[in-house]
Amino acid sequence: MSRWKVSVDKNVCISSAMCVALAPDRFVLDEQQRSGPVEAEIDPDELVRDATASCPSEAISLVDADTGQAVDLD
Amino acid sequence: MTVDSSPVKYTPTLPGQPVPEIATISGGRPVFRAELPDGRIVWLVTGYENVRQMIIDQRFSRALAVAPGQARPGFEMFAAGSINGMDPPEHTRLRKLVASAFTARRVEALRPRVAGIVTQLIDAMLNRPQPADLVAGFSLPLPAQVICEMLGVPAADLGQFHAWSDTIMGDWQRDSDEIMTALAGLYDYFGALIEIKRTRPADDLMNALIAARDDADRLSEQELTVMCCTLLIGGHETTANQINLSLLLLFDHPGEVAKLRADPGLIPAAVEELLRCTRLGGLPPARVTTEDVQVGGVTIPAGEQVMPLLGTANRDPSAFTDPGRLDVTRDAASHMAFGAGVHHCLGAQLARVELQEAFRGLIGRLPGLRLAVPASDLEFKPGMAIHSLRELPVLWGEP
Repeated sequence: MSRWKVSVDKNVCISSAMCVALAPDRFVLDEQQRSGPVEAEIDPDELVRDATASCPSEAISLVDADTGQAVDLD
Repeated sequence: MTVDSSPVKYTPTLPGQPVPEIATISGGRPVFRAELPDGRIVWLVTGYENVRQMIIDQRFSRALAVAPGQARPGFEMFAAGSINGMDPPEHTRLRKLVASAFTARRVEALRPRVAGIVTQLIDAMLNRPQPADLVAGFSLPLPAQVICEMLGVPAADLGQFHAWSDTIMGDWQRDSDEIMTALAGLYDYFGALIEIKRTRPADDLMNALIAARDDADRLSEQELTVMCCTLLIGGHETTANQINLSLLLLFDHPGEVAKLRADPGLIPAAVEELLRCTRLGGLPPARVTTEDVQVGGVTIPAGEQVMPLLGTANRDPSAFTDPGRLDVTRDAASHMAFGAGVHHCLGAQLARVELQEAFRGLIGRLPGLRLAVPASDLEFKPGMAIHSLRELPVLWGEP
């Protein structure tokens, strides 16, 4: 299974911290309380999938590192 | 900076009343102590950056603000058991159970159904004599029907919810026994409905929550009941009155309405601008400082009640050019109407879809929509939580 690329659009992030709560090892808030990934490329992780699907502002992008295709969130 | 000792009187204004310059009240201080109409002494935080900084900072606790012993209006007793009155990690444990149902992606899938309800409601208005009460005929049934369908609650029971919800959400002078009785009624209703749905599972949000309780023990029975009540009340009072207040503003700006009629593609941007320019709430839910916290150059001591004035953020000239002007073509998406941080409105994306479809329908199918009575005759239910219109009599077509 190929790896995932995680990114957060800090201009869209509204600091709900839902991702940090769901996947505390994968996301971290900066000094402005905006989220970002701890590591930009990861092995597939259901918690990251949950966090991406649960982000209220849909600021998180999760794509297949090989194909660049969006990871299925369902 | 030392704590100033003399709080200034602060009374929130109703929509349509002139809004006093906040700087006049505060003496130009961005963060100041105020005495509210119910006698509470709180710190008020104003301006875009100060408000944002405060509401994303978890040292301002909602759980402490709704705890017994704090001076709190009626709706805070309701908030006390709900995600709205919790801090992480309890807040997170419960919110994540419902978060995925309210993402833009999931809500977008509901858009055709929302549009269908809009069509039905406007058809019904067109089949009845004018004037029509838009509250009873449109703005309330639209979001109520949507949240009832999402949850799996019979829409026929709506009248009963309203009586309870009005009591809980309104009137800071109301007897707290009345509020507790209404809360008990609401909880009993949902308790009974949950039992029914346990025996007759359906593919809805309430059954998803029941499964999270029964299969995985992720929330208590009380938390399950309160979550259902929160979603139901939060899911319709807010949107209903956002429709009303937005229309009142649009009635005063026919030029902006004409732009939307000419180009309905502007409606999503217009919804953001209307969220920015209207003031849905009177006083926002309070937070209590868990330690001394500095905001806007002022140190607020631990244990004090603090409120962010979201309207001052939305009208801050450092965040929005010419903030007093309604401009449906501007990019207002950074407004604070839904808050920010962990309590950012769970239903924000659903509200957006409902508002967009509501205005698409009303502006497209009811040209000339206007008030049937003088604006000064409109009556708001007395309350602190949400500016709620009793009736909105309207006419449409050629004057």
